[in-house]
Amino acid sequence: MNDILSILVNHSPALIVAVPLFGAFLTPLVGMINDKLRNVFVIFITLLTGFFAVILVNEVFTNGIKTYCFGAENPSVNPVVRIFFEVDGMSAFMALIAVILPIVAVIYSWGFAKEETGQSKYYTLILLMTAGILGMVLTGDMFNFFVFLEITSISSAALVAFWTNKKNSVQAAFKYIVISSIGALMVLFAIAIFYGQYNALNMAVIANSIGFGFLDKIALVVLIAALTMKAAIAPMHMWLPDAYSGAPSPVTVVIVGTTLASLYGVFRVVFTIYGKQFLTILRSFGDFAVTPSLIIGVFIVVLAVLTMIIGVFMALKSNNFKRMIGYAAVAEIGYMILAVGSAISTYFIPTGTTTVTMAEHGKMALTGGIFHMINDALDIGLLFLVAGAVYYATKETSLNKLGGLSRKMKYTTVFFLIGLFAVSGLPPMNGFASKLIIYQSTYQVNPVLAIVAILCSIMLLAVFVKVFHSAFLGPEISSIKNVKEVPRSMLIAMGILAALIIFFGLFPEFVITNIVEPAKNALLNSSEYISAILGGV
Amino acid sequence: MIPLANPVPYIAVIGLVLVGLFAVVFKRNLIKIVIGITIIESGVNLFLITLGYRENSIAPIYTSSPGGLMSLPVPQALTLTSIVIGVAVLALMISFIVHIYRHYNTLDASKIRGDEE
Repeated sequence: MNDILSILVNHSPALIVAVPLFGAFLTPLVGMINDKLRNVFVIFITLLTGFFAVILVNEVFTNGIKTYCFGAENPSVNPVVRIFFEVDGMSAFMALIAVILPIVAVIYSWGFAKEETGQSKYYTLILLMTAGILGMVLTGDMFNFFVFLEITSISSAALVAFWTNKKNSVQAAFKYIVISSIGALMVLFAIAIFYGQYNALNMAVIANSIGFGFLDKIALVVLIAALTMKAAIAPMHMWLPDAYSGAPSPVTVVIVGTTLASLYGVFRVVFTIYGKQFLTILRSFGDFAVTPSLIIGVFIVVLAVLTMIIGVFMALKSNNFKRMIGYAAVAEIGYMILAVGSAISTYFIPTGTTTVTMAEHGKMALTGGIFHMINDALDIGLLFLVAGAVYYATKETSLNKLGGLSRKMKYTTVFFLIGLFAVSGLPPMNGFASKLIIYQSTYQVNPVLAIVAILCSIMLLAVFVKVFHSAFLGPEISSIKNVKEVPRSMLIAMGILAALIIFFGLFPEFVITNIVEPAKNALLNSSEYISAILGGV
Repeated sequence: MIPLANPVPYIAVIGLVLVGLFAVVFKRNLIKIVIGITIIESGVNLFLITLGYRENSIAPIYTSSPGGLMSLPVPQALTLTSIVIGVAVLALMISFIVHIYRHYNTLDASKIRGDEE
């Protein structure tokens, strides 16, 4: 029994991608037999993926970085040319997010997609997207990263256009595929530059030999621009509200995972690949040294402030339930990169000029930013599921045509309130825990940042109180008199997310020490990532 | 380090990528936007192939090789993968265009707007 478990643990990095990939192409075959059987099969596949993710994460958090080599019996011979999956704390953390979302999405889809045609293809694409996201976050190879990025782009764009009879969905999908294919091509361009310079595709090998010459700077700019485009950071956020609101709600929940995986790509590039060059002094004015970390950090912080402000203002202006949540999602991404940007600009400072307290604040900001990633996935996911439930019951997303839903849809209303509190950072929900850390630490870096962040949170609260008032309260509207509570599977899916939100909000300490700290340490120690492949070079 | 003995292919790469980006940013016809993306893709593929080429080298086939310098096989493998992915993306984009045309009866990007309700 123990033998089997250890074999499974050993091969879990490969299985975690192989299982959903295999399941994706089996789904249409199972679907030919029976619809119910197919739904059970898909849920089983996502749960199995979740099981592998949990044993892998457990292994990584207890025994450190896990590498998995493809196509070689003895990977220690010439590891430079091998294809690796390399799972460190950050990858494990992202893998957890990436398995929770599809489980919720497929349970929700059981009720939500019951009336749709082409369900087998729908589930196939969801599983493909899951495999792509997991591949992106687990791989240790730049080219693999590109391939998985394209797999997620293609499957998610196809899912955004799932309702081909709606013009919004199709045009959003076209926008999305144009953005993501150009982004992916630019990533490939940067990979080619790396290959030309260092004769390697392995992230650890590249990170070990990286310099900060002209070509490296080009590669850095191209990678950050392309990946932030896919992560919907302003000024390239405009595709996100369209794509999020055009897609069926359960799909949106998984697409949130894609966006976060692109953000993970930014972190991997900045922290791991360029981490060694953070402290190169480019120019110095007296005591003040200009380093790459400072430039990148300040640049990311500026983008973050823009992202938050644009996100909340557009959300305030919007009058469509799903677009509003889409803009709120943009603002939430702003919080994460605000924290990460302030961490980069303060933590990595050449020795001699650094002040210890500042570095501590930077570290805390990073904790908050990473913690906020999982919170954002849960909050925005829950809100989209509620919006989907409202759409399912009324076939409406315009706030002008909704009203008085709390009379008929009690559970959905409660779930919406939980999501509202969480996304606007009110206690006792998880959003409060991570946002408080972000406020505290960014206040030490620069008070203006914290003020903007708090202001944006307050406006998010205003946005969603408006939704609550106009959609759930007030008198019943005659055109939607016959609404009923949504099917049980949809309630269960929303319940899972709501339970996680409350759990994370009540025990933030537990979550931070168990899953956020390892992720943070993995980002800050790029040398461990390198030596796991190259063996202490 | 990237060999810069013969800069012509690299200039061609930059030219192709810029032409493609120009088409994507400034053209209004959706088909032309898609053509722009495929031009960028060709530029990137050319870049990969150029990186692997060495002056006077032969194809990297080990069995019954006449000996001598071989060009690098890895960029060629990457290019093949990238071409295959490109075809999939192209097919998907064109099928979106078909649907967009059915809904809007136009391919002019400035006339294609989602409802703001």
